[in-house]
Amino acid sequence: MTLALGQRVARLAGLGLGLGLAASAWAAQRFPPPQFETGHTLPATTTPPPDVFWHDALDMTVLAAALGLAAWLVLRRRSRKAVLGLVVFSLVYFGFWRQGCVCPIGAIQNVTLALSDPGYALPLVVGAFFLLPLLATILFGRVFCAGVCPLGAIQDLVVLKPVTVPRWLDDALSMGAYLYLGGAVLLAATGSAWIICQFDPFVGLFRMSGTAVMLGLGALFLLAGVFLARPYCRWLCPYGVLMSWIAPGALWQAKLDPVGCTRCELCRDGCPVNAIEAPDTAAVAATDRRQDRRRMATLLLIAPLLVALGLGMGAWLAPTMARADERVRLSDRLVAEDMQWVQGRTDATQAFRSRGESRVVLEAEVRAVKASFAWGTPIFGGFIGLVLAGKLIQHARRPRRELYSIEQARCVACARCFALCPHHRQGEAMPVALTHEEVPI
Amino acid sequence: MAEDAGPASDRRGFFHGAIRGLALLAGGGVLGLLAGRTQARQNVWQIDPDKCMMCGRCAVECVIEPSAVKCVHSHAICGYCELCTGFFEPDAPTLDEGAENQLCPTGAIKRSFIEPPYYEYSVEADLCIGCGKCVAGCAAFGNGSMYLQIRHDRCVNCNDCAIARVCPTGAIRRVPADEPYLLKKVNGP
Repeated sequence: MTLALGQRVARLAGLGLGLGLAASAWAAQRFPPPQFETGHTLPATTTPPPDVFWHDALDMTVLAAALGLAAWLVLRRRSRKAVLGLVVFSLVYFGFWRQGCVCPIGAIQNVTLALSDPGYALPLVVGAFFLLPLLATILFGRVFCAGVCPLGAIQDLVVLKPVTVPRWLDDALSMGAYLYLGGAVLLAATGSAWIICQFDPFVGLFRMSGTAVMLGLGALFLLAGVFLARPYCRWLCPYGVLMSWIAPGALWQAKLDPVGCTRCELCRDGCPVNAIEAPDTAAVAATDRRQDRRRMATLLLIAPLLVALGLGMGAWLAPTMARADERVRLSDRLVAEDMQWVQGRTDATQAFRSRGESRVVLEAEVRAVKASFAWGTPIFGGFIGLVLAGKLIQHARRPRRELYSIEQARCVACARCFALCPHHRQGEAMPVALTHEEVPI
Repeated sequence: MAEDAGPASDRRGFFHGAIRGLALLAGGGVLGLLAGRTQARQNVWQIDPDKCMMCGRCAVECVIEPSAVKCVHSHAICGYCELCTGFFEPDAPTLDEGAENQLCPTGAIKRSFIEPPYYEYSVEADLCIGCGKCVAGCAAFGNGSMYLQIRHDRCVNCNDCAIARVCPTGAIRRVPADEPYLLKKVNGP
């Protein structure tokens, strides 16, 4: 017995200690499987299956039902209380029970990867989570934000003392969402990182776990959200950008009831997201009009410059952005170690070297990644330039409005304005046929 | 004002229709492109034991606690050694189950005598935290029958696996949910 043990230890020593040997040794077992004389049976390895199948079906059903219900509550019932009920349900179901994953915001990355990488097959449930809320937006406006999105829900519940952010500041901050969208698409398309998931400020709260930084960030967003309503939705949410593009074309839109409007401004003051615009019918002086035209002409000239600037910035930043990819970082580190610019090895380079992986293969991969960043980052920059130009042009416009109207791109359909209207009677639907143009003030 | 309303509303209607049309067109385009790339089956995350280097990040980076990663033991590959380098500390004073001799920080591995000279080692999943210390010991000197796997009774299947994000060897990848484990086979990785 002792002798056998001694022999084994000797064999162990002979085998060497390297991890590199370990990899090849798996194929040839060092110790033969035992020949039991007592007829001992080997225990099986337990492999509990994932329960994703019934979850998928349930999640898609609940999502579709919640979207339909939100649309009905906002557009027909016009009831803030009922929407609030749905908000609580969605927070509990999609947030705390399903732990905020998968969500349409993150699904942007899956869809991008599926479009850019033929090797990645998009799971049906993720595709449905991406498309169903967009479909609902084409039909009913941003009802997804109102009562289905768990991130919106948790922020909506803490809106207690909202302050009105000046329109220009609101728009300036909302560039954050475009940067986030562009960055997320670029990094997902290159298969480098999933920043929407990585920096989701609320998923840690839903899961009751996470790093101190991310939990703190979530708490900070909620704290800020008491005064600045839905900060993530307005200034960061990449999915909100997609919805703001298509919401103005919604087939059925949330509208303020123009019958009996006394211009009390309660709805406008009470809108936490700056989405209600006051009537503006004042005649514009000829000099102002000329100034407006000149400003617009200047902006239209500047627009291509902004896009060009964005393209240039993108080209300049491409090598830096490429470092978001771990293969690029690994390759850079290997070179730095070879050149002895850095001391010691990281786990990644240690493993790469000890497994004897091919540098040629890695370099080929890195070249491909860098190539995709080389054309992807300028597109990202150009996109940001274009959005910036568009926002400036939008600001220079002076649209005439005869009534208080809801700006569909900004409106998150929370239904607060309905409840604030002195003419509003709970649960009473606005006559569908009635439009603003048909009602005289 | 009334004469303004007509053309203005027409114009607005046209723009709204255009947005709707474009959105539907874009949506249809994306749908068409995705149609061929969509699969009904879900993917789940799993560790490729060939690539795993037992760095210990699995134990701390998972969003659930304790980690969804646990050690599994393929007994068919195990040598049933009396001196198991996955079980004992390298400088264990004595070869018995005393806590000071054990590599596992939570005592999750049970060692039981079968017949001379064979001992069986089994992992108690409830105690295992997925630190991979036993896996490193087993891989360095043994048959490599112990290895880390993501246990799907615990994994919440994050869209972006928090461990995969920091795995230094890229050992965690998506696998079809109907074959959710990458188990080692006898006489092969």
